[in-house]
Amino acid sequence: MKGFDLMAILLNPEFSRMLVHGVKMTFIIFAGSWLLAMSLGITLLAIRMLPGRIADALVEAYVAYHRNVPTLVQLMLWYFGVSSLLPERLQVWLSDQNGEAIFAVIALGLCQAAYFSEDHRSGLRAVPKGQWEAARALGHSYLGAMTYILLPQAVRNAMPALVNHTVSLFKNSSLAMAIGVTELTHAVKEVENQSFRAFETYLIATVFYLVCSLLLMWLGYYFERRSRMAGAL
Amino acid sequence: MTLLFNMIGIVSDNWLLLLVGQFPNGPLGGIAATLILSILGIALAFPLSVAMALARLSPWPVLRWPATALVYVVRGVPLLLIILWVYFLLPLLIGESVPGFVTMLATLVIYEGAFLSEIVRAGITALPRGQMDAARALGHSHLGAMRYVILPQALFNMIPSIISQFVSTIKETTLGYIINVPELTFAAGQINNRLLTKPFEVYFILAIIYFVVCWTLTKLASTLERRIAVRRARSMDGAAAPALAAASRT
Repeated sequence: MKGFDLMAILLNPEFSRMLVHGVKMTFIIFAGSWLLAMSLGITLLAIRMLPGRIADALVEAYVAYHRNVPTLVQLMLWYFGVSSLLPERLQVWLSDQNGEAIFAVIALGLCQAAYFSEDHRSGLRAVPKGQWEAARALGHSYLGAMTYILLPQAVRNAMPALVNHTVSLFKNSSLAMAIGVTELTHAVKEVENQSFRAFETYLIATVFYLVCSLLLMWLGYYFERRSRMAGAL
Repeated sequence: MTLLFNMIGIVSDNWLLLLVGQFPNGPLGGIAATLILSILGIALAFPLSVAMALARLSPWPVLRWPATALVYVVRGVPLLLIILWVYFLLPLLIGESVPGFVTMLATLVIYEGAFLSEIVRAGITALPRGQMDAARALGHSHLGAMRYVILPQALFNMIPSIISQFVSTIKETTLGYIINVPELTFAAGQINNRLLTKPFEVYFILAIIYFVVCWTLTKLASTLERRIAVRRARSMDGAAAPALAAASRT
């Protein structure tokens, strides 16, 4: 075995270019699917609060499906399955536009939306009922009470769970390599294949993922502390 | 409609491959391999997780620090990267090549061990402080109190969380596909490669199978959770018990 030499990877222009490209793709996949998941998660919650059983049951089925089917299988179903049902011209267009990445964002985003919407829901449920009654008694409309009184408290309650799921979404972005997205894990395997320096390559990626995950956790903790109400438990 | 017929056809042609893979003419695969991998993974991870939780809660920093660092590292890195590490390091440590099944099992033990240890730790810290104090006052050592007073209660309360973690493990075994471990996802990949023209049907069947298995277990976990909450509330005396039971039901 060759001696440990981190610089053999970092100073090699080809390898470092591949790794930097991987990091870029990882961030794109993460940011895209996070935005999709967050907006869809809030939409699902809003649908769930509509009166009537049907909307509630539909959202519940959506959440159950996405929580009980492995994320990798969801990715494969979208990339290999759903894409094959599309009209041929759309398929060609998608493969020109980096279709793997688009399907990865869709699959990861839809999957994580289920978790986010559940987080928001339990955050909302934890707000005492009196808050709602007081807000309505003070003359707030339904939307006003939601926007100004209930949701801010709900998001605060949901914060720890949202942070956890954000971190797992970040880590799950690595699954996109299975459908050929050239994100960081994909780049790591490529660099390892070409350089035969597995230890150094994996170490670089591990440190990167770890630092980003810890940073996300710390950010969550920071916002959680900053948004804590005076006098709250 | 044709989609449904196609799916029924695919299942009836390939049910044995989905169930046990190429066994007995090849390695055991399919649902059987997925379940064996998950059961072994969680069974081996469990003692490790209890040890790690105890280390993280122990009064000795020598134990506390390394265990905490290990949990943070494992939780902060994608499972896929841990698979790559094990795939690369395990043969170096053992000195001979390792089958994919063992690589995946070792990865699951490490990964699940870290996540389970957080569950065990939460279960221990959720017990009333008085339990530890009382046990110590009765003359138990720290470890004795853990062994006879804290752990039996904490582990009982944790049964639902452990089942949920088992569901996660089943879902994680799919990553074995990437290092060619013959489990359920791998079997579906084989079917898809042979048919070539029906990817949606094949992967939708795969999703349904996982859903049925995991959803059943999830339901089991939430039923147990309710029962345990009621039982816990009952075992407490005083007026708080019915209120607690009611709170756990909502």
